[in-house]
Amino acid sequence: MTEIYLDNSATTRCFNSVADIVAKVMCEDYGNPSSMHMKGVQAENYIKLAKNIISKNLKVNEKEIYFTSGGTESDNLAIIGTAMANHRAGNHLITTCIEHPAVLRTMEYLETQGFRVTYLPVDKVGRISLEDLENALTQDTILVSIMHTNNEIGALQPIAEAGNLIKRFNPNIIFHVDAVQGYGKFRIFPKKMGIDMMSVSGHKIHGPKGIGFLYINEKVKIKAISYGGGQQKGLRSGTDNVPGMAGLAKAVEEVYGYLEKDVERLYSLKEYFIQGLTGIADVKINGLTGYDSAPHIISASFRGIRSEVLLHALEDRNIYVSAGSACSSHKPAPSATLQAIGVEKDLLDSTIRFSFSIFTSKEEIDYTLKVLYDIIPMLRKYTRH
Amino acid sequence: MFTAFLIKYAEIGVKGKNRYLFEDALVQQIKYALKRCEGEFKVRKTQGRIYVDAVSEFDFDETVENLKTVCGISGICPVVYVEDEGFEKLGQDIVQYMDKVYPDKNKTFKVNARRARKNYPLDTMELNREVGAVILKAFPEMTVDVHNPEIMLYLEIREKIYIYSEIIPGPGGMPVGTNGKAMLLLSGGIDSPVAGYMISKRGVKIDAVYFHAPPYTSERAKQKVVDLARLVSRYSGPIYLHVINFTDIQLAIYEKCPHDELTIIMRRYMMKIAEHIAKETECLGLITGESIGQVASQTMHSLYATNEVCTMPVYRPCIGLDKQEIVEISEKINTYETSIQPFEDCCTIFVAKHPVTKPNLEIIKRHEENLKDVIDELMEKAIETRETLVVRCDE
Repeated sequence: MTEIYLDNSATTRCFNSVADIVAKVMCEDYGNPSSMHMKGVQAENYIKLAKNIISKNLKVNEKEIYFTSGGTESDNLAIIGTAMANHRAGNHLITTCIEHPAVLRTMEYLETQGFRVTYLPVDKVGRISLEDLENALTQDTILVSIMHTNNEIGALQPIAEAGNLIKRFNPNIIFHVDAVQGYGKFRIFPKKMGIDMMSVSGHKIHGPKGIGFLYINEKVKIKAISYGGGQQKGLRSGTDNVPGMAGLAKAVEEVYGYLEKDVERLYSLKEYFIQGLTGIADVKINGLTGYDSAPHIISASFRGIRSEVLLHALEDRNIYVSAGSACSSHKPAPSATLQAIGVEKDLLDSTIRFSFSIFTSKEEIDYTLKVLYDIIPMLRKYTRH
Repeated sequence: MFTAFLIKYAEIGVKGKNRYLFEDALVQQIKYALKRCEGEFKVRKTQGRIYVDAVSEFDFDETVENLKTVCGISGICPVVYVEDEGFEKLGQDIVQYMDKVYPDKNKTFKVNARRARKNYPLDTMELNREVGAVILKAFPEMTVDVHNPEIMLYLEIREKIYIYSEIIPGPGGMPVGTNGKAMLLLSGGIDSPVAGYMISKRGVKIDAVYFHAPPYTSERAKQKVVDLARLVSRYSGPIYLHVINFTDIQLAIYEKCPHDELTIIMRRYMMKIAEHIAKETECLGLITGESIGQVASQTMHSLYATNEVCTMPVYRPCIGLDKQEIVEISEKINTYETSIQPFEDCCTIFVAKHPVTKPNLEIIKRHEENLKDVIDELMEKAIETRETLVVRCDE
């Protein structure tokens, strides 16, 4: 096998059609949409089209789509921008303890700025309880931020129920959803689910890196967090990343073209892979499986094997996976999500994340399982004492 | 303003008849360092001095930074050349020089003139006195102190007149290439790059060996070692880095020897392999970053046990330094930031909770007997399949 890429939650391979349109915009229609001449108008048309495609996909208004550099910036803008704009209404924020660092670190920053943050716990499959959420809501609450799909174990949160609950408590509370891992796997309609803001990243759905968007309901009061030429209604200044926007819109079209069929196939691949894994002694699957989980993420702990060693052993056979969560792999600290769902201490450092994409084939899974069957007994022979 | 550098060297100066060999090596090393700088330079050797002349535009700070990596240089003096157009013009040039180099005039100085060209109208004493007077007149805040001046202003009357007063310290030592070659055991840590630097500072060329243990150590750990070698090569010149796949040997030791002796036995085989390659590549010694007592494998007992496998001298320049002292050197030579990147190296992957600190050589040898069926073949294979990279800093 040439290359088996099972790290699609870290990033995905760009669609060729996406790369083509990005190249075309960069090389031919490279104008600055802020320019008054024809080149500018041409470029602006790509933005209009991109907003049109995305807003239709979400069933929202075109005006409610703001392009950013990706998930992290979307999360920062959503959280800091609304906290700052609404601080007179209250200073209480709610999130969960298994959010991506783009949300957690931002919340910690706001704590230093006088805001109070409640971090909702999760159960052992990584889900928050609506009761906890209800109990956390106060008169001072201005923002709730909950991720749609967890990036490490694929846990899904009860987003629609949470949205409903929040809005019943106080319709002015802003509900933000980090959908970086969920978008492109689920059809998400913010207005039906009580979502006021939603972060999406391009490169997780076979789009380009450095582009993403933030959906912001037009009723939301939000302030810019960076300043400049006033693009995107002054909320996100900076020359528009037209190739990125065009590429992202193309990726949305492609991913949602046959979504149900593709996702169904991913669920069955996942089921098949987990079946195979259970044939290896002492393997534990973290979180839920089946339709209660994300179709593309499998977190598995291999007792007695350090995840980094298994990762490199797989790499040797051209299989690429992630140890815990790739985004935090720069720091050798144990994963907060795995700790939060109560993974045993000696399994924390033995956990591998496999994440699939539409490009993942059954042959690749068969090969991966075969390799795992081969190397796990060998690796277990040699462990640190 | 400066167009040249006078290079001062310390120890070479006391050499006897072979002094020119050292000077030529120094010129070579200076040229190697200048290749990394923008601009064109000429390096010339005259009457026991080396000058670096810029023959095009150049970046002063970058040039000084790179000259500071040349072993053998004790000081770098930025020089201004002026044409000899009479004493009055010289006075103006000197006033201009002092004004630019010393914005704060509240300083003591002394003039130190030399006449290589004896037909200059003023003699040395007169020059000192007259130039001093010109400076005092231009900057009344300045005062003369002939015993302990803050500024020692040198004037050299040659074809042109050279003016300099600053001495930027270099690394000292001897030019690389004047003292044979040694094989450095380079891990990803703080100590071994420092050890390599310290030995190459004494004029020794360096090659290095790194023990890679995939999948237990990552590609990034190897890249880190390449990066460290590149940083050391600023001082040592190009390094041949031998990457040894050590996994099979390590697993064999793990399987067949007591785990608390694993590190010692492993290090003994590392030394053997390093010595083998060292002999093959005409090295005259091994270099390690060991420091007495730093970890279990560096106690006197452990060093005795690992040293025993070698017939070559093993140089351990960090041996008497405390960790903090080693860290200070690594910061100076710019390897610290790279060394502390958190990748596992092959010494730590199977380390026992309580490794022996006082290994008994006889017992170690007895346990190594367990490996006798496989070890020769494994070592041979590790040496044969090694990957050799040329690491240079000017790429």
